[in-house]
Amino acid sequence: MSYIIEGRTGPWELVIGLEVHAQVVSNAKLFSGASATYGGEPNAQVSFIDAGFPGMLPVINGECVAQAVRTGLGLNAEINLVSRFDRKNYFYADLPQGYQISQFAHPIVGKGIVDIELESGEVRHIGVTRLHLEQDAGKSMHDQHPAESFIDLNRAGVALMEIVSEPDMRSPEEAGAYLRKLRTILRYLGTCDGNMEEGSMRADVNVSVRKAGEEFRTRCEIKNVNSVRFVMQAIEVEARRQVEIWESGASVDQETRLYDPARSETRSMRSKEDAHDYRYFPDPDLLPLVIEQAWVDQLAAMLPELPDAKKARFISDYGIPAYDARVLVMEQASADFYETLAKGRDGKAASNWMLGDFFAGLNRLGKGIETSPISAATLGGLLDLIADATINGKIAKEVLEAMMETGESAAAIVEAKGLKQVTDTGAIDAAVDAVLAANPDKLAEYKSGKEKLFGFFVGQVMKAMAGKGNPALVNEAIKRKL
Amino acid sequence: MTLEFTLASARDALRSRRISSRELTQAHLASIAALDPKLHAFITVTPDLALAQADAADAALGRGEAGPLTGLPVAIKDVFCTKGVKTTAASKILEPFVPPYESTVTSNMLRDGAVFLGKLNLDEFAMGSATTNSAFGATINPWQRQDSDVALVPGGSSGGSAAAVASGMALAATGTDTGGSIRQPASYCGIVGIKPTYGRCSRYGIVAFASSLDQAGPFGRTVEDTAILLGSMAGHDPKDSTSVPRAVPDFVAAAKRGVKGLKIGVPREYRAEGMPAEIEALWAQGLDWLRQQGAEIVDVSLPHTKYGLATYYIVAPAEASSNLARYDGVRYGLRVPANDLKDLYEETRAAGFGKEVRRRILMGTYVLSAGYYDAYYLKAQKVRALILKDFTEVFTKVDALLTPTAPSAAFAIGENADDPVKMYLNDIFTVPASMAGVPGMSVPAGLDAHGLPLGLQVLGRHFDEETVFAVGAALEKAAGFTGLPQIRMGEGA
Amino acid sequence: MASSSSPLDPAVVRRIARLARIRLADEDVAQLQTELGSIIGWIEQLDEVDVSGVDPLANIGAASMTLRDDVVTDGDQVDAVLANAPARSGPFFTVPKVVE
Repeated sequence: MSYIIEGRTGPWELVIGLEVHAQVVSNAKLFSGASATYGGEPNAQVSFIDAGFPGMLPVINGECVAQAVRTGLGLNAEINLVSRFDRKNYFYADLPQGYQISQFAHPIVGKGIVDIELESGEVRHIGVTRLHLEQDAGKSMHDQHPAESFIDLNRAGVALMEIVSEPDMRSPEEAGAYLRKLRTILRYLGTCDGNMEEGSMRADVNVSVRKAGEEFRTRCEIKNVNSVRFVMQAIEVEARRQVEIWESGASVDQETRLYDPARSETRSMRSKEDAHDYRYFPDPDLLPLVIEQAWVDQLAAMLPELPDAKKARFISDYGIPAYDARVLVMEQASADFYETLAKGRDGKAASNWMLGDFFAGLNRLGKGIETSPISAATLGGLLDLIADATINGKIAKEVLEAMMETGESAAAIVEAKGLKQVTDTGAIDAAVDAVLAANPDKLAEYKSGKEKLFGFFVGQVMKAMAGKGNPALVNEAIKRKL
Repeated sequence: MTLEFTLASARDALRSRRISSRELTQAHLASIAALDPKLHAFITVTPDLALAQADAADAALGRGEAGPLTGLPVAIKDVFCTKGVKTTAASKILEPFVPPYESTVTSNMLRDGAVFLGKLNLDEFAMGSATTNSAFGATINPWQRQDSDVALVPGGSSGGSAAAVASGMALAATGTDTGGSIRQPASYCGIVGIKPTYGRCSRYGIVAFASSLDQAGPFGRTVEDTAILLGSMAGHDPKDSTSVPRAVPDFVAAAKRGVKGLKIGVPREYRAEGMPAEIEALWAQGLDWLRQQGAEIVDVSLPHTKYGLATYYIVAPAEASSNLARYDGVRYGLRVPANDLKDLYEETRAAGFGKEVRRRILMGTYVLSAGYYDAYYLKAQKVRALILKDFTEVFTKVDALLTPTAPSAAFAIGENADDPVKMYLNDIFTVPASMAGVPGMSVPAGLDAHGLPLGLQVLGRHFDEETVFAVGAALEKAAGFTGLPQIRMGEGA
Repeated sequence: MASSSSPLDPAVVRRIARLARIRLADEDVAQLQTELGSIIGWIEQLDEVDVSGVDPLANIGAASMTLRDDVVTDGDQVDAVLANAPARSGPFFTVPKVVE
């Protein structure tokens, strides 16, 4: 059950904590009125505040505060009604003010909890230490010129939430599940788009190893890992590196490292000479951030249903298995799709069809649920035709394929292709008679006790009826005639 | 003719069309041309801009559309960013900088019709008490000792502002005060200067020194003039989170209230050891004047006030070390080319900052650095809380406080230059009010034995500048200060 | 508070100058050691103040911040942002190449 690295000196346990930087969904930046959207022309989304011009002052964006509070509520965390902003002082080409405004001593959100579910079905509680608001830095480009780096400040000043976990994870799988779960929650809340490719979510991973029952050993921080897969790989690679160091009799140095996926290794990022002393102190350009409990309550009342609650409700309301529910709630869009589909229909059939043939169809087309060629209502039309016995399940698969290709309704396809199920007992009886007459030898075998030939007759009748026979009526007719 | 006018009388002359703004502006530009080569109060003079603004003002006056400052030639401390006009903070590191934006305070003044003559000298980044720390040369005090023509400092950091107003190169001027940078030069140059309550004027567009202390304020030759100018400069600004949303009172009316029935506190801790007898005597005289006009004098105690200066020299450098990190040679200002980023930073900042600024950045870096933060910065913040508490408690008993502005009259250039701490002691009486954020005014009250002006300081409650103006005006009336500096238009010019 | 008997040694002066990104000549180090040392000696008078139970004061004035509306009101001014740049390439600021 637990994840272990077998070293020469015995088994090693992993201790993992994550610091996730999530870009806040907002129109404008945290402390300026410049646009916070991704992908503008270089330096076009820059105010003089973002560029650190003399005399420019920060003024906080209320929506970014609301987003942090919503996120805190979504992480079942304490909301601090009084928080503060500090300056983190360091020099870098893409840090125009020479400091980052962040919440060091008094974050807006305190302790919270995220439940993750592992492949085994086991649920684990991962502690959240804190969430704070801070500014993003700009972007340095090092590949544009042989001797110069280019600086684009569009991202400088965009609001980030830094979500710090407790060192509660014990395997790459848990870290991956935590990150995915966090992403799902943020996307449900609409507080971060969770787009790791565009950098709207990045993780710093703290890894250490220890023998069972030991205190924590020295950890290393792997900076800026930008996919779930890389987080899991980086943890494994880094843990193995540390085990080797300890087992060679040396000690792990506490340091910041980078993960290089191409070489599947982590390497040290900064020399000791540049050891940082950030000289945090309260930003004198800003006052304490004081929010009202009534406002927090108002935000709480307007929160959407979150994945855990939705999953529980799907299980109880629609009678679907936990696994199905978990997959369905992973993305808000699929949960919404499911709910439209299942409303007034058989929930189990809805989830079977959606997770089975429908998802397979999307995969085949290379599409996601948002770009699906058919809506939930359209798919529901197919389920209705099955339920009222207009078509049978086998035909339905064929109809769904056509629907995915054309986007047409199930009824239209059934009509056009004449796929309506035959329920006319006269026609069915005739087909059964014909099959029995054509296969006297099989009939004799059946009658002498080879009962499994029943299936053969059903197959032949359905084939004769081009698959459109009502399976129940066909079965009944055969039984009667035999 | 420039010294014949006050801001108020020039305004009346403009409105009654006895003089045009162009004439008034030309007269001031002529004063600048004649006097500034000696005084060096200006870093940048903008005659074309001033005359264009004057003509626009005359047109407005002709239409009967006069704002509070329409057509009045004033000058701006070179820490207020002025759109399209070089703003240097008297530092080499900002020498080439032309702001693409206007500070809120100067915007307010332009809204009210002011004519800007140019940008005034200061101690680099407002760090100093003598205006000798300017990268572009020291400003000279227009006042001289009766018995000597040795060049004196105008005080600092707003020395250019004080010298320009005292000598008649501008009717009034803006300054900023972080630990006394308006009040002390006002005292040294024999004019009026007020630092309003922290949060009264917007800091937006003012080159920052120490954000929790910096406040803009006016210089004038009369209390009324500073009341007029502050009325224009002040006001809530949503672009400054520390600006306070309060209506701007009628300061001119407040100055006429009188002091009858007011309780004036005398903080006993201000009787610093070694205070010159003539300053002590002037202080007693000031209290007497107020008593004669119906105020009650009350002895009070501000027990932590003596720690104000030491606290200030932790808090201000700490904030400055961070505020000045943006001057890195990347986006604006001076850049010393180098082969790698670290060298570029280090060479640019070594070449761009003067000695005092460097000293304060290093001091601030030190008190914030790991291992020292609690001992210095955090401790200073706690002492600051005690200083504020002292003032809050005293202001439950009295309406205003009266103290000397500075421990001496203007000193000679080069004096106090050998020891930074000695220089810092000039601010001993002004710093506590900065730490507490309360308003403070310096009013010229008399002359010392060498014939140099001395000021008295009036301190008031948070956002009660009105009482400060009332007390200041009462002192002004009683003192009847009519002294004029030796270096002025018509004299030695 | 730091002991006033411990002088500010040259290594500390160099370290804080490095943190502040200001290059110092060797002769400056000795001078700053003296000057900063005397300032620090002087501010250590705060040792005598009892601050137990006192909350640190970071700001004067209003008790809390006003929240801004989430509206784009700024930006779209590449030329103004870059007009003062001592070095640029097209729409970018440039610095000597940073090797990470």
